[in-house]
Amino acid sequence: MKYVSEFRDKKYIVPLVDELRKTIDRPLRIMEVCGTHTMAIFRHGLRSLMPEGLELISGPGCPVCVTSSAHIDGFIEVANREGVRVAIFGDLFRVPGSQGSLARAQSMGAQVEVVYSPMDALTLAGKYPQQMTVFLSVGFETTIPLVAATILEAERLKVDNFAVFSAHKIMPPALTALLGDPELRLDGLLCPGHVSTIIGAAAYEPLAANYRLSCVVAGFEPVDVLQAIIMLARQAREGRAEVENAYGRAVSWQGNLRAQKLMHDVFEPVDCQWRGLGTIPASGMAIREPFSRFDAEKRFAIRLTETPEPKGCLCGQILKGRKSPADCPLFAGRCTPVNPVGPCMVSSEGTCAAHYRFGLAG
Amino acid sequence: MCLAVPMRVIAVRGVENDFTIPQVGVVEAQGIEKEVRLDLVDRWPEIGDYLIIHAGFAIHTLDAADAETNLRLLREMADGVRAGAGGEKQ
Repeated sequence: MKYVSEFRDKKYIVPLVDELRKTIDRPLRIMEVCGTHTMAIFRHGLRSLMPEGLELISGPGCPVCVTSSAHIDGFIEVANREGVRVAIFGDLFRVPGSQGSLARAQSMGAQVEVVYSPMDALTLAGKYPQQMTVFLSVGFETTIPLVAATILEAERLKVDNFAVFSAHKIMPPALTALLGDPELRLDGLLCPGHVSTIIGAAAYEPLAANYRLSCVVAGFEPVDVLQAIIMLARQAREGRAEVENAYGRAVSWQGNLRAQKLMHDVFEPVDCQWRGLGTIPASGMAIREPFSRFDAEKRFAIRLTETPEPKGCLCGQILKGRKSPADCPLFAGRCTPVNPVGPCMVSSEGTCAAHYRFGLAG
Repeated sequence: MCLAVPMRVIAVRGVENDFTIPQVGVVEAQGIEKEVRLDLVDRWPEIGDYLIIHAGFAIHTLDAADAETNLRLLREMADGVRAGAGGEKQ
C-alpha cells in the first residue's frame, strides 16, 4: 500500500540502528508522549535494539490513562441517570473511577455503547429519540476536532437529545507542566504523530526554546521511530535544541488549520485535572457557551470531586516518567490487564499494559 | 488511541466549504471500504489521494511530495548521510 509499505521496509532497520549507535556519545533519556508510540516501540521490539545508554521512557501520552478518576465518576453518574444512553470509545469501558467502572455500571443496568466515531454516537441519538445519548469523550487534539465537528453537525440537524461530556485534554500545557519537574532530566522529546497532524510541529517551539529541549515529531512505523531517535541523538551530539519533523508525510509545520479552527470554535481551554499530574491550567477543553445545550456536564449539573488514587498504585509517578511499572508493588500481582487497578494497565496503550504484555514484568 | 491509518480515496461526496450537506469520502485500504467525514481535512481530496483517517474522520490529505521527502531523508539516514538530513522545517 502506498505511503505505508515503503515505511515498513525492513532493509532500513539495521543501518538505522548502526547509525544510532555511531551517533550516541553520551547517555540519553528520551520520553515519548503518545500511547501509540508506546505500543509501536514495544510491539516492534525497538527497546531491545536501543544502544546502551539510551533510555526510552513513557510520559502522559495515553488520553484514557490521564483521565482523572473524578471524570470517570462523573461519567458513571451520567450513565446511571434515567433515560440516558452513553457512548464511549472502547478503551474507556473498564477504567476504574473511585466507585467502579462503566463496565460495572453497565452490568448494573446502565446503557453503555462502544462506538468507533463520535459521529456514531450522534447516529445513536437519532436511533433512540426517546433517550438522551451522551458521548463521554476523552482524547487529545487528534480527537477534539472530530467531536467539535459532531457537535456542529448535531446543531445543523437540530438534534436535541445528544450531548457530550468533555474530558478532553491538550498536550502543550501538560508538557510544560511536566518539564517544570527538575527530577525528569530529559534529553529529548519524541513528539506525538497524529496530535501533531492537528497542532503542527511548530507547537513544540516554546518547549525547545524555553527548556532547551530537543523535540522531534515521529511517525508510527519502526523506521519512523528510529529516524526520530537518531535526529534527537544528533541534536544532543551537536548541542542543538530544536524542533524537527520526522513525519513530514502526515505532519506539517503549522498543522491542520481547519481542524484547529473548528476545535477552537466549539471548545475553550479550561483548567483540568490529569491523573497523576494534578490540575494543569488551561489544559482541558470545555464546550463554549453558545453550544452549552450539548454540554452534558452542565445539562446534568455534574460536579467533579477530587478522589484519591488507589492505594499503592504508582500510575501517577509512571505517567510522569519518574517510575517504571516494575517499581510498582501492584504490577503483575494485584494489577493485571484482566483485573486492572490503575489506568495505565487498563488502556491497551497504557505503559503498564505494554510492559505486561511484552513480558517486562521483572 | 490516536492511531490513524492512510486510506485511498475512491469517491467524494459533498462540496468543499459547503457544510449544509454532509462531506463524505469513500476510502479503501486492503480491500476494506469505509465512509469517512471530510469536515476537517486540511486539503480537499481528489480520487486516488491518500487520507489519514482517525475515528471516522479524515484529518490529513497526504501530499506525494512530502511523502517522498520523508522517504528520502529516511534513506539518507540509513546510508549514514549527515549533511542536509536535519529534518524538514517548512
